[in-house]
Amino acid sequence: MACFIVPAAEAVISTIVEKQLKKSEGEPQAVQVVSEEAGIETVERIPFSRKIHWLSNMLWGGSGLLAFEHVWHGEVVPWVPFLSAAGNAADRLEMLREMATVGVTMGVVVTGVWLGIVAVTSAMEKKVLLQAAKR
Amino acid sequence: MTLLTTIFAAIISTVIWYKNAPESQMMVGVLCWMYWGASLMWMVDAVYEYIELHMAYFQPSPADMLNDFYLGLSVVAVGLVIWLVILLIKDPKGVVKAALFKKKN
Repeated sequence: MACFIVPAAEAVISTIVEKQLKKSEGEPQAVQVVSEEAGIETVERIPFSRKIHWLSNMLWGGSGLLAFEHVWHGEVVPWVPFLSAAGNAADRLEMLREMATVGVTMGVVVTGVWLGIVAVTSAMEKKVLLQAAKR
Repeated sequence: MTLLTTIFAAIISTVIWYKNAPESQMMVGVLCWMYWGASLMWMVDAVYEYIELHMAYFQPSPADMLNDFYLGLSVVAVGLVIWLVILLIKDPKGVVKAALFKKKN
């Protein structure tokens, strides 16, 4: 009905956080790594704003495509109030229930997967930086 | 079918991204995030539907399947259009800029 609104709202928040972080972050930490294939390479630590950008991309992309699906099913309409379920009280209640259950779960799952990606990339980063520090 | 179509689009775009990485001039990463985000959201939707319908979820009528597949292909097309617009606006290869501001002899 309107579940995509919850991840879309989260996308707005993550984009604002990303922009704020980008302003406050300095130059990323860079180290030189020696590898057998590429010789001496400069490796930069991934700024946290870039990691939040991944979350924003998933949330914007996912909610955008879901919004298209809702247009397809006639749940999003081009006239006020733009959501067909918002027209009467019973449908409105059902819509809010769906947003609170399906919508919130969507946001939680996407954020959970993103946290997993951040954990894996952070571990990979640490490994590379430790190897560089040893040399 | 919509979920399946989007998952396949996400897998294909990720393979293309991996093949060309670390080069990212075509910005295929944008497509990957978009399709994976949508796939995760539809997966949640599918779980809720399964809880409601149980086994009937896996036995859709051929008409429903066709309609969902049609929707899935449309979703993939919309995703490609969004990606193309972002690519042309950001223009990482400078192709659009070069074509627009090319000096005539």
